[in-house]
Amino acid sequence: MLCDSCKEREAVINLTQVEHDSKVTLHLCEQCAQAKGVETGVSVLKSPLGGFITAMGKGATSLLPTAADGLRCATCGATLKDFRESGRLGCAQCYEAFDSHLRDLLRRLHGSSQHVGEGYVAPGAVDTDPRRRLLDLKEQLRRAVENENFELAADLRDRIRVLE
Amino acid sequence: MIDLSLLPDGGMSWLDASGPKGSVVLSTRIRLARNLQGYAFSQRAQDADRSGVLTRVEEAVAASERLTGAVTFRLDQMERPDRQLLHERHLVSKELAGLDREARPRPGAALLVRGPVGVMVNEEDHIRLHGMRSGFALEEAYVDLEAADAELGRLLPFAFHPEFGYLTSCPTNAGTGLRASVLIHLPGLVLTKEIGKVLQGLSQVGLTFRGLYGEGSEVVGNFFQLSNQTTLGKSEEELLDHLGKIVRQVIEYEEQAREKLLESAPTEVADKTWRAYGLLRHARRLSFEETMNLLSGVRLGAGLNLIPGLSVYTLNKLLIFTQPAHLAVLESRTTGDPELPTVRATYVRRILEAEA
Repeated sequence: MLCDSCKEREAVINLTQVEHDSKVTLHLCEQCAQAKGVETGVSVLKSPLGGFITAMGKGATSLLPTAADGLRCATCGATLKDFRESGRLGCAQCYEAFDSHLRDLLRRLHGSSQHVGEGYVAPGAVDTDPRRRLLDLKEQLRRAVENENFELAADLRDRIRVLE
Repeated sequence: MIDLSLLPDGGMSWLDASGPKGSVVLSTRIRLARNLQGYAFSQRAQDADRSGVLTRVEEAVAASERLTGAVTFRLDQMERPDRQLLHERHLVSKELAGLDREARPRPGAALLVRGPVGVMVNEEDHIRLHGMRSGFALEEAYVDLEAADAELGRLLPFAFHPEFGYLTSCPTNAGTGLRASVLIHLPGLVLTKEIGKVLQGLSQVGLTFRGLYGEGSEVVGNFFQLSNQTTLGKSEEELLDHLGKIVRQVIEYEEQAREKLLESAPTEVADKTWRAYGLLRHARRLSFEETMNLLSGVRLGAGLNLIPGLSVYTLNKLLIFTQPAHLAVLESRTTGDPELPTVRATYVRRILEAEA
């Protein structure tokens, strides 16, 4: 099947979107999908990253820019260079300290940097994060559309609008 | 010597071949990676961090409903054969058991087990919770695990980020921290030479394969561990669902390959199986690797009902007890004993004779 957008290349992914209460499925090639901001996963496999994922376990994080090597986590003292060399982060706060580099890396590794799995609130903490609630609702909306439960989807969409 | 009788089933209920698709799938294993707030990750942890983590986890386990009464194995205080035994039983990773050459277990390295759920402490992540089930049983394995995880999460402050999810020492595990693997026997696909295509196909759908003992281990005896490659950007449910769908397909291919073999080369298949059985029944010296390869041939025949009266359970038991540390403990030897191949052959003969 040819790409719905460029009509030139072979479509590799099906993108389903909800527009005006109806479901629209686009068949896109890798380039057009990326242009629309969708991670295809195909690029991950075609590039040397396929091997990189395996190599990560052995500490090869060669894709991180060496220019930022000196960046340091204030909590544990680990630098981006330490991470690049060992493939392991020093502590939970490293994720904040190396935020943008990690986001990029996570997208390449997993095709996304956004957790959509089960949420978590540590004991004693209050869940005040509207962002998480929003994501949770969006995930529920996606599933409702997938299951063609449009009544629930409409309800969820309204709740999302209020939060946004 | 560790007392494995403390574990009601020796931590091995997963090998009883009672689970779904037991003749093709040995076991299903799911693990969740978690870290505690306020402690450095493994790479930068000091001994005080590690012992702090262990104490916190022990307290939480004792206070939990699902895990209270768990048996604790301090790997950092155990001799090598005992650590190897737990590893051969798939209860601890090679890393936690400190089995690599010149390696020692890190201080505070421990395993807590209750029923089908195990908690590895001070591995690559502070906590690696795992659940194991016999056969192909992703949902059942996850139910055990999810409940234990939720309870521990209420008692301990896990490191969690609204965007990145559960934070792990290596970013390849971040998000859900979930890795599910299915230990599957694929002799049909290997014999029909279709295995290459199948394994290549796996990487295209975001899955990966490993050998019998997980990460970094070789494929022996046509046993493969199929698991999800990514852990972030999909929900736990989606990850399990996807793996389940693909594994079901692989099982189907394997069953088709076996049928094809039986149709196109019935004598050759029977010959392969019975030769393997004959060697196991009568050999006087067997290396572990040869045993695994022969067991693979016999297992194929048992699955096709070519060898009457031989149960898959017996074959699973042989798979575990012919491993070096298990055999050494069972027959009061050391793992380095040059006579181990002889001891192994005697053991295999004894078990198979009893079944014949």
